[in-house]
Amino acid sequence: MTDDVITRAHRDEWARVVASLSRRFGSLDIAEEAAAEAFAIAVERWPTDGAPPNPGAWLTTTANRKAIDRIRRESKRDEKHREARLMVDDSAPHSAGVVDDDRLRLIFTCCHPALSMDARVALTLRMVGGLTVPEIARAFLVQDSAMGRRITRAKAKIADAGIPFRVPVTDDLPARISGVLAVLYLVFNEGYLASSPDSAPLRHELTAEAIRLTRLMRTLLPADGETTGLLALMLLTEARAPARISSEGELVTLDKQDRRLWDPVLIAEGHRLVRLRLASGVAPGRYQLLAAINAVHTSAGDVRATDWSQIVALYDHLAAVDPSPVVELNRAIAVAELDGASVGLAIVDRLESSLRDYHAFHATRADLLRRSGRVEEARAAYDAAMRLSGNSAQRAALARRRDRLD
Amino acid sequence: MQYLVSVIDDGQAEATGRTDSASAAEAAAIDEFNDRLQADGHWVFAAGLAAPSSATVVDNRGDAPLLTDGPFLESKEYVAGLWIMEAADLDAVLALAADGSKACNRKLEVRALLREE
Repeated sequence: MTDDVITRAHRDEWARVVASLSRRFGSLDIAEEAAAEAFAIAVERWPTDGAPPNPGAWLTTTANRKAIDRIRRESKRDEKHREARLMVDDSAPHSAGVVDDDRLRLIFTCCHPALSMDARVALTLRMVGGLTVPEIARAFLVQDSAMGRRITRAKAKIADAGIPFRVPVTDDLPARISGVLAVLYLVFNEGYLASSPDSAPLRHELTAEAIRLTRLMRTLLPADGETTGLLALMLLTEARAPARISSEGELVTLDKQDRRLWDPVLIAEGHRLVRLRLASGVAPGRYQLLAAINAVHTSAGDVRATDWSQIVALYDHLAAVDPSPVVELNRAIAVAELDGASVGLAIVDRLESSLRDYHAFHATRADLLRRSGRVEEARAAYDAAMRLSGNSAQRAALARRRDRLD
Repeated sequence: MQYLVSVIDDGQAEATGRTDSASAAEAAAIDEFNDRLQADGHWVFAAGLAAPSSATVVDNRGDAPLLTDGPFLESKEYVAGLWIMEAADLDAVLALAADGSKACNRKLEVRALLREE
């Protein structure tokens, strides 16, 4: 009973406590340590004393007291030593549609473009998500000590280099939001298709955490279309997870999935968000288009009922917004469904110079070669895809498709 | 806060056959950028540096000063000049550095000076 209260308080209040202490004391380090101490005291006391009526307020007060204790201790120990202070900008955000919330400042600080991508991911999961260092270390298959150093170094850079604790100005906001979304999408994708052979192919704890943080981001930036788009994309992708790994541990491609296993609640929410963005009349960005494509897929009860012409149209639009070879590869798959395998294959073959080291390029090419009856070339392409894939379930599925060639 | 903004030459001077300083067009753009830094209160100091080959390394940790001809680090990339800029925070100095990089046609390294409190 109390355990539930503590778990819920951790999930709901961690980021709020860390964010408000970061602002008050001007140090992510003090904020993180004091928040962790406050939760440790809750774990110790709540089961015997009972949970306080307002857990959030209790945690904030307790963490504040711990932070003040530490600052007193340190200033006594070494008068000359002064910790570099986080640059706190207390003015309200200048951007319309932005909620004034310390958690938003915290997210933008953790995802600052002057930090490496690895540092942004680790810091966001620790400071905003409240995952422990060992949990983050396990998720990215590095030693606890190495992950601890990565986070410590990132906090030190924020303090020493003067990275401000604030919501970016309007001019910078779209680029900075897309930076945050890229971090969240990376966390999601690492959970959805683990890149290492040593981890489970699907890791629900990471996809769930990415969804939770994206929901928080949407609460804080309700007017931002791409934030809503990314949330919809994650929900519609996560909805298919139960059908994605076969009982033999192979990755099941979209066309072969048992659609009765898809999660109807997640799909309904994803569709609602996509419709909301369509109704806004604002030109969609990359995540909204990807969400719309996934909405078309999840609207079809059977793969044969898929509206491929709509999917091709959405990919055309996406290729205009984001002209990358990976988008072109996915567009080719849709074109193959609409106009035939050889038409799709012609598009794929043009991408060889840029995608030759990407497993999905060879896997796609292999499938289209097989469907065009070019068996030997298909076999070689499956082999190339297997060499490049780091995901065990995906390799197993590719091996099976290769071995079925006659 | 104050920041050291180092100008990194990775072949620009060599490409134009010079061993130091900026081309006339670059110099004009830098002057204009410096005027703006001064007008907006960001300017603390700026200077271009002589070629790395003209450097001398001094080490007097032993019995007598040891002099070595040349830079402490031999590298194709080297610091060709520097600014000290005053800015509210990293976001502010990075925005200035983005314009400075355009002006001098080189990449810049931004590093905070340690603060004294």
